[in-house]
Amino acid sequence: MTFGVDSLSVRFGDVLALDNVTVAVKPGAVVAVVGGDGAGKTTLLRTLVREIQPTAGEVSAPAKADIGFLPASSGSWAALTVTQNLDFVGGVFGLTGDDLARRRDSLLTGAGLAKARDRLASQLSGGMRRKLGFCLAIVAQPALLVLDEPSTGVDPVSRVDLWRLISEAAAAGTAVIMSTTYLDEAERAAHLVVLDEGQVLVQGPYDTVRARFRGVITQGTDPVRTQWSWRRGRHRREYWPDTDQPAHLDVVEPDLEDIVIALSLVRRSTVRAAS
Amino acid sequence: MSPAVIQAHGVTRKFGSLTAVDAVSIQVAPGEVVGLLGANGAGKTTLIRMLLGLLDTTAGQVEVLGGPPDRAHRRRLGYVPQNLGLYRDLTVTENLEFIAVSYGATPPSLPDDLARYARTPVSAVPLGAQRRTAFLAAVAHNPEALLLDEPTSGVDVLSSAALWDTIRAQSDRGVGALVTTHNMQEAQQCDRLLLMSNGRLVAQGSEADIIGTTTALAVYSDDWATAFAALNAAGVPVILDGRAVRVADTDPTELDKILNAAGIAATTVPVPATIEERMLVLARVPNAA
Repeated sequence: MTFGVDSLSVRFGDVLALDNVTVAVKPGAVVAVVGGDGAGKTTLLRTLVREIQPTAGEVSAPAKADIGFLPASSGSWAALTVTQNLDFVGGVFGLTGDDLARRRDSLLTGAGLAKARDRLASQLSGGMRRKLGFCLAIVAQPALLVLDEPSTGVDPVSRVDLWRLISEAAAAGTAVIMSTTYLDEAERAAHLVVLDEGQVLVQGPYDTVRARFRGVITQGTDPVRTQWSWRRGRHRREYWPDTDQPAHLDVVEPDLEDIVIALSLVRRSTVRAAS
Repeated sequence: MSPAVIQAHGVTRKFGSLTAVDAVSIQVAPGEVVGLLGANGAGKTTLIRMLLGLLDTTAGQVEVLGGPPDRAHRRRLGYVPQNLGLYRDLTVTENLEFIAVSYGATPPSLPDDLARYARTPVSAVPLGAQRRTAFLAAVAHNPEALLLDEPTSGVDVLSSAALWDTIRAQSDRGVGALVTTHNMQEAQQCDRLLLMSNGRLVAQGSEADIIGTTTALAVYSDDWATAFAALNAAGVPVILDGRAVRVADTDPTELDKILNAAGIAATTVPVPATIEERMLVLARVPNAA
């Protein structure tokens, strides 16, 4: 069945952390939630796993025992070894004896952690620790897997490893939702959700997001309208929502970064105009 | 070409039997932004620490601004560590004043977007604004070279573009910058890239130079999950890309064999490889370089 949130709003005091957000998470697919610090990614995921009460809207998720959750903070116990971590969490979910041993060995081999099984979690590299956290989240073969920034600060090779593990989980029929600050990961997901200051800027498969994007992105050395331009390497890109760009500027094929920035600029100018 | 602001000549660093950095030579010219890439354990941090004079070289020579990385030369450098090096209990203004005074410089005035946090303790300031603060602190003494460790990690794309504006403002006035990054979007902001693997410099130049001869194939199949599982089980470097599957540095004939053996009907199309795929291939064959 499909999980997710419908018309979800979450308010903390004066701050509207999520504003009318709807996201569906289907079995066998990866949903990537992308946005910067403070966009509302963690609030969305924690509401989905029922750690936060919605202010308004509906949450659809399986029972707690069928949810695997990797929090942004750590996700493993620093003073336990890799094996002990898995035995502990597996035990909590009722795995024992040969079942536990089989599950543990297959997870450790799949994550490339077999050689580190007796190391303390505190002595793992950042990438290895996130992979261990992933193994712990998936140990009980959850129906819904929720991963909060599994790859932030992780080196590119470990990131590819993590992405492979996430893909495996989806290929096996798990519904997966993850947050990330990396746009290339979002582009690779079956469905991406871009959050900006608690609102959904855009969502869908990348190809749909690209196809629906309106307006033109140009590249030049000097901005024509500073508030609609941003830095890209040695050049400045500029967004023309009404396709009324001056003829002297080169039009470029936008990528996800251009699309996200252009839509953020539109949303923020609308917010400013309203206040 | 003007003399380099940051240089390493055949620099090696050993820790016991481990060679963390192995005969690495790099240069950063004035006004140039150079990106330093590599997986964990590639030797990036060790190299940076030697460039900063925090670690001695086992062999070879490091030069910053034409001299050794001693106190006198180091004070002409600006450095932003990954953890930002700010005092979390001090406000944004107090941090800037303290750091400027320790360099004998005038504290910078706050740009509009940071002014609202002037009296806020750094621990209560959003990450993007913390990064802007750390950057302002690092450039207040008008350094001639910059070392930046993951400058835009964790911030949204708009704040990231704003940070790159400030980095480029420095390079436009002739400051050379060495930037370590794990973020491929960030790598694309640099003028030139360096790739380290297992302590060695294995590629340098444009994105195309870094990717080198690495190839990639996209596999399209109605049953992407089975295709992914079969290729993964066969030990091929495989990642999921939407509903397609990508493999790096794999012979198309071998790929077809694996897919046929698993009974999967698929179309295979060559696609441009990415920097990540090059790094993945390097990590799997440690001495491929």
